[in-house]
Amino acid sequence: MMILSSIDPVLLLASLMVASTPILLAALGELVVERAGVLNLGVEGMMITGAICGFAMAVNTGSPLVGFIAAAAGGAVLALLFALLTQFALANQVASGLALTLFGLGLSSLLGQGYVGIKPPPTARLDLPILSDLPLVGRVLFSHDLMVYFALALVALVWALLKYTRAGLILRAVGENHEAAHALGYKVVRIRILAILFGGACAGLGGAYLSLVRVPQWTEGMTSGAGWIALALVVFASWKAGRVLLGAWLFGGVSVLQLNLQAAGLAIPVEYLSMSPYLITILVLVIMSADKSRAPASLGRIFHASQ
Amino acid sequence: MKLTHLLTSAALALGLASAAVAQDKTKVGFIYVGPIGDGGWTYEHDKGRLAVEAHFGDAVETVYQESVPEGADAERAITQMALQGADLIFTTSFGFMEPTLAVAEKFPDVKFEHATGYKTLPNVSTYSARFYEGRAVQGHIAGKMTKSNIVGYIASYPIPEVIRGINSAYIHAKKVNPDVEFKIIWAYTWFDPAKEADAATALIEQGADVILQHTDSTAPQAAAEKAGNVVTFGQASDMSEYAPFPRVSSIIDNWAPYYIARTQAVMDGTWESTQTWDGIGPGMVGIGEISDAVPAEVKEEALALKAAMADGSYHPFSGPLNKQDGSVWLAEGAVADDGTLLGMDFYVEGLTGEIPN
Repeated sequence: MMILSSIDPVLLLASLMVASTPILLAALGELVVERAGVLNLGVEGMMITGAICGFAMAVNTGSPLVGFIAAAAGGAVLALLFALLTQFALANQVASGLALTLFGLGLSSLLGQGYVGIKPPPTARLDLPILSDLPLVGRVLFSHDLMVYFALALVALVWALLKYTRAGLILRAVGENHEAAHALGYKVVRIRILAILFGGACAGLGGAYLSLVRVPQWTEGMTSGAGWIALALVVFASWKAGRVLLGAWLFGGVSVLQLNLQAAGLAIPVEYLSMSPYLITILVLVIMSADKSRAPASLGRIFHASQ
Repeated sequence: MKLTHLLTSAALALGLASAAVAQDKTKVGFIYVGPIGDGGWTYEHDKGRLAVEAHFGDAVETVYQESVPEGADAERAITQMALQGADLIFTTSFGFMEPTLAVAEKFPDVKFEHATGYKTLPNVSTYSARFYEGRAVQGHIAGKMTKSNIVGYIASYPIPEVIRGINSAYIHAKKVNPDVEFKIIWAYTWFDPAKEADAATALIEQGADVILQHTDSTAPQAAAEKAGNVVTFGQASDMSEYAPFPRVSSIIDNWAPYYIARTQAVMDGTWESTQTWDGIGPGMVGIGEISDAVPAEVKEEALALKAAMADGSYHPFSGPLNKQDGSVWLAEGAVADDGTLLGMDFYVEGLTGEIPN
């Protein structure tokens, strides 16, 4: 216990919220895309494009808010490319998604040429007169940057939308059985394009959170795999918004915790600490998915009205 | 069967044709572990590549592949470069050692140069820099600058090069500040800005006010800057965009002279398998401008230390030194031999924690 005393649990919890936000945003977007029956493996590419679009705009305008909006737009534009390929040209979704990742990585390093070593404008933190000053909870809950709260609100919104609204029902219908949805008169392609754009915008926001808040700087290839983790998270979270949040917190939390335990000199071999974020997240979510949850039935299948 | 046969011979013919075209130009290839814009390790190797281009002009063509993962895929990338007709290939990360050897055996006419490794073949050389000399200067400044007496160290992989750096920095920090303590985090990555930033933040939250890094990106610098009162050092590259504070100095890798000399050797037909390990003296390791955030007398001492290592009058691993378990490593007056340094797998006395396997 002597060792653990050097870790401040309040700071640790606060870091957890920051560490989990990028993958939370990206995974939430991909969740909506996959619930609409589309598998977009380009999350990494959309994230990094969002990271540089957001960074560049924030630096040029001096406003992080404009940066985040540009990041969402950048991610969505890249996603539009994927939508055109898969929804109109009926290209293979796996191949198109992988191509999107490679394209996004290349495009972002091109766009980012002049932005290495520049500092972004600081993103405002929530500052509530009384709440932010509370001991413990004030630091953990009420003094983050606004994107943390935006991401949490988005989780609630997506959850409620999918579960309780007609729009959510239609989206799920398209993802479960696109022929039936089409026969009922729903515009399968249009709904899917909207979902893909939403996914791109979310991934872009996640990327910009890395470049504007968590790191904060632009470095080529800076997402380094976060998009793939977000993709895996959606599957392990059985396509449920609440579990995506849990998974992101677990992954972000254990990642930060293991670094803190290392710094504190805990006598657990570093190899085990290093793999713990992946192991624990997968373990918890797999145990939870022992219920009847499964992938959307039309996931990854090509739809054309003539078939 | 027929089709694949046809395709193979077509590919072979293509390969031969491009090899024939490439005869007049010397083709030099580079395999990078990170992106060329990482601002650190790979960035400096790429500066070396550009220096080769500038020096030889049209006589040389360079090619590179960035962000090649260490492991099975590296072999594919190196093979591809050899098939493209490269005459000389630099593989610039420790983890490319086995893939480089495997490809080199298949292409006896191509010369290979592997950075920071220890295995050679008739057509494979190794080269590295004595970064630990730079770490000694860092350790000295770190020991003088820390107020909390806690120095955070972001290590990458538990390989001899990284362990040497930790030991060298610790020995020289301890020398000027007996109360100094090192907190070490193994990131298990060379390049992951988010993780590097998280590691720096974790160390800062646990009291470190000096951060040393052995990872490639500038993310820890940004994290230190955000925290405010934390000192950092540029790693592999000057990282001067974070000067004068938090970055107070840096270790700069200078590969250009070596890359030019080796390319020249291939052109002259004098290339031989060698093991190069140069330090501050020959200029392979540079110490970046020590900023005004460092007190003048500390700066002077650091520069004196640098000069003593450059002219060979001082070796950073000079006895008396004990290993972590208290056993004697170097007696009074003894100096570490290169063999021990190249295979270093132990901490010196005073460091806490265990080196992962």
